[in-house]
Amino acid sequence: MKNTEVLVIGGGPAGLSAAAEAASYGAKVMIVDSDLRLGGQLIKQTHKFFGSAFERAGTRGFVISDMLLDELKGYGDRVETYSNCTALGYYKDDGVVNCMEGEENYFKVLPKKILVATGAQERLIPFPNNDLPGVYGAGAVQTLMNVYGVVPGKRVLMVGAGNIGLIVSYQLLQAGVEVAAIVEAMPRIGGYWVHAAKVRRLGVPILLEHSIKEALGKDVVEGAIIQQISPGCGFIGEEIHVDCDVICMAVGLNPTCELLWQAGCEMKYVPQLCGHVAIRDRSMRTTNPNVWVAGDAAGIEEASSAMVEGRIAGLSMAHELGYVEDKEYREKSALYWERLNALRNGEASAKIREGIAQVLMESSGGMER
Amino acid sequence: MELIREHPILEFSHGRLVKFTFEGREMEGFEGEPIAMALHANGIRVYRETPEMKRPRGFFCAIGKCSSCFMVVDGVPNVRTCITPLKEGMRIEVQRGKGKIKINHEGDLK
Repeated sequence: MKNTEVLVIGGGPAGLSAAAEAASYGAKVMIVDSDLRLGGQLIKQTHKFFGSAFERAGTRGFVISDMLLDELKGYGDRVETYSNCTALGYYKDDGVVNCMEGEENYFKVLPKKILVATGAQERLIPFPNNDLPGVYGAGAVQTLMNVYGVVPGKRVLMVGAGNIGLIVSYQLLQAGVEVAAIVEAMPRIGGYWVHAAKVRRLGVPILLEHSIKEALGKDVVEGAIIQQISPGCGFIGEEIHVDCDVICMAVGLNPTCELLWQAGCEMKYVPQLCGHVAIRDRSMRTTNPNVWVAGDAAGIEEASSAMVEGRIAGLSMAHELGYVEDKEYREKSALYWERLNALRNGEASAKIREGIAQVLMESSGGMER
Repeated sequence: MELIREHPILEFSHGRLVKFTFEGREMEGFEGEPIAMALHANGIRVYRETPEMKRPRGFFCAIGKCSSCFMVVDGVPNVRTCITPLKEGMRIEVQRGKGKIKINHEGDLK
């Protein structure tokens, strides 16, 4: 059995920020992450971030990850990290978290406070042959090419023109891979125009009100059929054959929330946050008094806000452990909320604001120690 | 191997090149990088065959969450190859069906 004050599950932007914040006040932190490298999705992001200067706008994602890891290094032994280590279960009766290093080495952790920063998982849409090798999640394509430098394929059909579909299309072009087309079922581009403009300038067609009808191939993807769809969601018009060996799915994400369910946190289905998410107070504390949530696990948003949510959760956990004076806690918490609100201020964040309003508890017993 | 040679932003620093086998065929990959990536770089895309429908499966999520890339590695089934690091001399096989967990003579799980 390992003991720690704070267990951070998931070493992405939210988890690393929370770990840094809690450790900065003196808390002993353990981070477990199922991937081989810490940094979550940040390590796959080659583009410069938007948002605000506080959250490192203008800096490329993988550089932000290095900055967070450097910050953590500064706290020395106070922060222990386990990569290739999956948190498998939370046992409510004794508060133990069961972890697996690699595929076969199990150990238990008894933390005082837990942050669930498990991120998200890719959605898939139904169509014939959607299980064929070559139908890859957008995050998987990014891992292949941006983390490990492996060519994902020769010609890619991108499904989804949200920010991820647009950004990954651009990244494919940067890696020298052809993008046949981007299909988007909605009548408009979901992502930022600046990303859409970049891929359009490079000659990639963005076909709105089009979707994939079928993947072609016997053992692996050898092509795809796309077609126009009507507002009633039926396929209309001519079938279009697309020559491709990869079909990249960028059709959204779901929060990874299994551990929150296990921990007995009150959950709510919130479409604006893309799935089931935990009810939380302004300190990112759930209805389980020892469990906090931050980042995409708390609702699909983006990395900048995930980092601020992580800071808020880390600060709150350190405060609960007695490392932060009440006055300091109140002031810093207010500052972080100012930054979070600024990030969520724009027109594009209207959906996020609606979603957050449904899961934020106005007051919480968690504020009193 | 199918690797990105030139990139406007990224520089890839690979580890040591090691030998491993896939279905008995010798291949090369970088030590410490996920098995699934090493196989993909060697042009291998089918990693598993489903138990009921015998459908081919490759990798999908690359973050150890979807179970699409389960393979038999050094005799151990259901290994998440997208987040298991490659080691010298690994024996990697396509997983057909659910895979059998080995039990030693004391009846303990291997």
